[in-house]
Amino acid sequence: MFRYYIWLALRSLRRNPMLTALMVAAIGLGIGASMTTLSLFRAMSGDPIPQKSAQLFTPLIDNWGPDQREKNGEPGQDMLTYTDAVALMNLHAARRQAAMYATGFAVMPTDPTQNPFQADARATGADFFAMFDVPFKYGTPWSAADDEARADVVVLGRKLNDKLFGGANSVGKTVNLDNHDYRVVGVLDDWSPQPRMYDVMDQTFGEVEALFLPFNTAIGRQMDIWGNNNCAGPTVVDPGFEGHMRSECTWVQFWAELNTAEQVQHYRTLLDGYAAEQQHNGRFHWAPLTRLYDVRKWFDVQHVVPDESRVMVVVSFGFLFVCLVNAVGLMLAKFMTRASEIGVRRAIGANRRAVFTQCLVETGVIGLAGGLVGLALTAVGLAGMRALLSKDMADLTHLDLIDVLVTVALAVLAAMLAGLYPTWRATQVQPAWQLKAN
Amino acid sequence: MLKMTHLAKVYRTEVVETYALRDLSLNVREGEFVAVTGPSGSGKTTFLNVAGLLETPTGGQYHLDGEDVSKLGDDARSRIRNEKIGFIFQAFNLIPDLNVFDNIDVPLRYRRMNGAERKKRIGEALERVGLSARARHYPAELSGGQQQRVAIARALAGTPRLLLADEPTGNLDTQMARGVMELLEGIHRDGATIVMVTHDPELAVRAQRNVHIIDGQVVDLTEEPRFHGVHAEARQASA
Repeated sequence: MFRYYIWLALRSLRRNPMLTALMVAAIGLGIGASMTTLSLFRAMSGDPIPQKSAQLFTPLIDNWGPDQREKNGEPGQDMLTYTDAVALMNLHAARRQAAMYATGFAVMPTDPTQNPFQADARATGADFFAMFDVPFKYGTPWSAADDEARADVVVLGRKLNDKLFGGANSVGKTVNLDNHDYRVVGVLDDWSPQPRMYDVMDQTFGEVEALFLPFNTAIGRQMDIWGNNNCAGPTVVDPGFEGHMRSECTWVQFWAELNTAEQVQHYRTLLDGYAAEQQHNGRFHWAPLTRLYDVRKWFDVQHVVPDESRVMVVVSFGFLFVCLVNAVGLMLAKFMTRASEIGVRRAIGANRRAVFTQCLVETGVIGLAGGLVGLALTAVGLAGMRALLSKDMADLTHLDLIDVLVTVALAVLAAMLAGLYPTWRATQVQPAWQLKAN
Repeated sequence: MLKMTHLAKVYRTEVVETYALRDLSLNVREGEFVAVTGPSGSGKTTFLNVAGLLETPTGGQYHLDGEDVSKLGDDARSRIRNEKIGFIFQAFNLIPDLNVFDNIDVPLRYRRMNGAERKKRIGEALERVGLSARARHYPAELSGGQQQRVAIARALAGTPRLLLADEPTGNLDTQMARGVMELLEGIHRDGATIVMVTHDPELAVRAQRNVHIIDGQVVDLTEEPRFHGVHAEARQASA
């Protein structure tokens, strides 16, 4: 019977093309608007590492005092000072841990025909790669010993490896960065977590860095901070990089992998203990305030998804609702003009359930057509977004298979919901009255 | 086949009660061809709607094919309409955007018959009404008489136990009406039970039995002496 109902629905839609076009357009417009904003919102609010996002934590320690806190009393910092990051590293309290900061180099290509160029880099610990499940195309990460020894080693991103070595296995080769030679120990495969969870302060939705080097190597070379560097409050900064390292400026991101609730609790205790110790030593003149956020909570705290995006989604779904209300009216008109046909069908054997199913299938077909129109409008909407947004954000605005399926499913569901009342009304047709009216 | 006992149908509004049928009793035997006549507003159509399970009686009992159908729910009434009753309407009531074949197919679909069986039955029904060549035509492409034949074919395809016809020739000219009547008579000769509502005495007398409805009550002309004269005159005029 389902195929029969589909066949009837297609015939019915062909019978009144103008009414059909209006219904499909109403649903398509609503779906197009809502899916455009939802696609962007979904991309921005996605979990880049769902298998571990509940096990990766970033700690915060309030080293500025109550005057610099948020209105809700939360710490004003987004990162740690170098002092605190090193102290936490030395606790060795997590299964994996990595302090990191954004830096960069002037790269001297080995090919003399290529000009030097700048490349951004991330100075981080050896655990970074295993902690964030970073895929390697060639080689491996450097070792903890390399990090301790401030070894001149790097891991190249795939794009930089393509540029410098034509995509070949460059492990063991050297690259010249800021006039120092570094040995390549590994090359990443394609890796583009969105949002870039390990550093949402800089280029939240940007590409990962072109290369990675040991944290201590970068510190030893006093490599510039290319990322956020916050010196709020009564912070005194002595001149030079070493002055910055000793200051209360926050510029180091820190991540720890904690696999069980007990480990998390233990880490919190250690964190509080460390802050209390700082108070006891006279560094902090306030009660200790620390935080430990997992990835999802960290995104919330950092407002990774702007409030405007949420408002846009609500507004566009409001528009979808208005479109569906229009579709309800049009469907009601459509079904009521067919009251005589429904009367005949009821007279010759259709029960209410059969009429209900037939009409609901018809609304589903309308929804499917509306979904296809909505899909096209979503593609146009996202193309418009790409023209308006920054490159980082624009790169997120694409339709994947999930988006396509969600769009069509939402359209069919929305149309069937909108069609429930008209369908119910159709089942209430009294055959005797309709046959008499004819 | 059809047995109504003290049947009543009352339409109630907030201010008035209208008795469309009152204390109506009628027994139609298997294979009978009964014409139901009566003036406008006498309750003929209501009688046919109740007989066809399109409306439920508000009182009395109705047995169809031995089953008490007075108080059945929608599903059961729909099933009986589909399996045991064939309808022929004055206005044909074909579905305009389905062709002849698909119109006849509708009740068979609701019976969940397989495709081969449906095709066979539709072919036989079309042959019975002489429209085999018109299977792919749409109702708008047919004359009134042909449309009524399609409606008859739709009613016959389900091999119903009872055929209910409501003014089957009311929208047809004399020649077409004659053709449709001859078709109904032929169907009756083949053993069908037919109840036909008509206001036309000439058609009524061609039935086996003629019952008259006045003010929602039945008077059987074959059993009521005061109507014998009227019945005889009509039969004479028809001859």
